[in-house]
Amino acid sequence: MSGRLVVVGELADGRPTRLTTEVATLGRRVAEDLGRPAVGILVGPDAAAAAETLAGFLPEVVAVDVPELVDLAPAPRVAAEVATLVVPEDGPILVGASPDGRDVAGALAVLLDRAVLANAVDVEVGPEGPTTVTPIFGGKSIVRSRFVGRPGIITVRPSSVDAAPAPAAGRIVGRAPAAASGGPTVRRLERVVEASGEIPLEEAPVVVVGGRGVGGPEGFALLQELAALLGGTVGATRAAVDAGWIPYARQIGQTGKVVRPRLYLGLGVSGAIQHKVGMQTAETIVAVNRDPDAPLSEYADLYVVGDLFEVGRALVAELRGRREGGGG
Amino acid sequence: MRIVVLTKPVPDPASGQDRLGPDWRVDRAAAPAVLNGNDEYALEAALRLVEAHGGEITLLAMAPPSAPETLRKGLAMGADRAVLVTDPALAGSDIPSTVAVLAAALRDLEADLVLAGIDTSDGFAGVVPAALATTLRLPLLSNAAAIEPDPAAGRVRVRRIVQGGYDVLEAPLPALVSCTQALGAPRYPSLKGIMAARSKEIAVRSLADLGPLPRPVGGAVAETVVVAVDPPPPRGATRTVRAPAAEAAREIAEFLAARRLLP
Ligand SMILES: Cc1cc2nc3c(=O)[nH]c(=O)nc-3n(C[C@H](O)[C@H](O)[C@H](O)COP(=O)(O)OP(=O)(O)OC[C@H]3O[C@@H](n4cnc5c(N)ncnc54)[C@H](O)[C@@H]3O)c2cc1C
Repeated sequence: MSGRLVVVGELADGRPTRLTTEVATLGRRVAEDLGRPAVGILVGPDAAAAAETLAGFLPEVVAVDVPELVDLAPAPRVAAEVATLVVPEDGPILVGASPDGRDVAGALAVLLDRAVLANAVDVEVGPEGPTTVTPIFGGKSIVRSRFVGRPGIITVRPSSVDAAPAPAAGRIVGRAPAAASGGPTVRRLERVVEASGEIPLEEAPVVVVGGRGVGGPEGFALLQELAALLGGTVGATRAAVDAGWIPYARQIGQTGKVVRPRLYLGLGVSGAIQHKVGMQTAETIVAVNRDPDAPLSEYADLYVVGDLFEVGRALVAELRGRREGGGG
Repeated sequence: MRIVVLTKPVPDPASGQDRLGPDWRVDRAAAPAVLNGNDEYALEAALRLVEAHGGEITLLAMAPPSAPETLRKGLAMGADRAVLVTDPALAGSDIPSTVAVLAAALRDLEADLVLAGIDTSDGFAGVVPAALATTLRLPLLSNAAAIEPDPAAGRVRVRRIVQGGYDVLEAPLPALVSCTQALGAPRYPSLKGIMAARSKEIAVRSLADLGPLPRPVGGAVAETVVVAVDPPPPRGATRTVRAPAAEAAREIAEFLAARRLLP
């Protein structure tokens, strides 16, 4: 049997994450180009139920129910189970580049002794096999890399691929856990939910982002209002996070989240390189800044020179007016 | 507590000069090297832990021979010593090589706690902490926003950032923790720290010094290769608006409507 392309899924609240469906969509296409079958693997407390969703994206999904993962940090055990299911002919192995996905990929690299190509936004297939496409140095260069010898592990950056289900649902294969253990145990004592119901930053179609120019936590109320009117959520720069105006979970950039919304609207954001890394692939970038020469003026699609509060309030009025007038 | 902090010298992202050279490896002459940003958060966390619990901090880097200048900054912040593994054969190492070398060096250091940044600003892979933990069979507590060791009880608790909140994780020591910015801003080296750093030890080790490794390592056995480096596709031209607020707002709304971005 020739090897399979493997997609390692990730579960959140009993469902495959959006990133997992993105990676599955990419994996399906790459497998076709390589002429290999694609298989998804889900390991977790509700793997069998979640496999129903993932089977909408892949021709085959192997589900390994591990109930005790509820109380453990999942990655080591997920990697250990995946390692028992992967045979030497299999590859490449695609994993989402989320925090858990990176942990799984790192552990798998050691367990399977495979090389890693990290942070791909696309995978092309040529005569030499799969080639990853990865922006480096904050998008200044696009690097194409491939494996020497057998294909290894590829981590896929969130929001790089539009998730699209397969024309027909795949089959689900249940498997009993086979790994002895996931190495040393890390117990989860507690899960603290701070912001339930908020759209995850990476999944929002519109992100309204505030920087140092917002001036304080009160200033973010205007951004919340704009986000609500535009059907999106609020993000921030490190300057705003460091000032304590908004939680770290909302930070976009090198040490925060990577987003690719349809619309990025930045207010009082300079657009420093470490911020750009996290948002440069937004489809449309609009900025309001009183400095005509901030770095964002070089890569925004629309750059408004002005005071963010004045323009922001006027934009709230304008959007409300359009809504009430039935226009827009 | 003995804490080892993994520190990688990276081209300074703020220089704007970070790039790959003609050999498609990081052009180290083009941009000054700095400590990787997330490693500085890890070091700051280590310094605070030692202030609270006592102990000592060793920096560990696998890097080119020029790295001592960069490591000196970590020593000036307050680390006690540094170990630099450097060898011409290691240039161009892939991730499994890097992990094998760091694991071998870590075995000699007998740490209670190993801290690493969650990822690096040049590679951005973020898989080394988990790979190292797996190799050394250490518990991995990743994406940390707070670290609370209990050395007497031989365990550590970590607040791990997850979507919409955090998990409280617990593991026995020794353990490996990957660190985020949420741990708190790194301190600036004091003048006293800078002076003290001059006499702190940076032990330089070659591959031979590490002894036999479980796998071949280095650029010659790398299993990944760069095949092309290109500039990014250009974005469209920027349209600049300078107008009174109401007019500017109307322009934004029309621009968004034309791109079908209004709900
Ligand atoms: C290792 C490392 C990692 C980093 N990671 C990140 C990261 O993940 N994310 C991130 O964002 N940054 C990160 N940074 C920081 C980054 O370098 C910048 O400092 C930061 O992005 C700047 O945030 P800002 O744009 O809000 O602030 P500033 O650069 O201070 O810009 C504020 C802007 O607001 C404008 N302004 C002020 N008042 C008004 C007003 N009333 N109306 C209109 N405009 C106004 C100003 O003209 C200015 O352009 C990192 C830095 C380092 C060293």
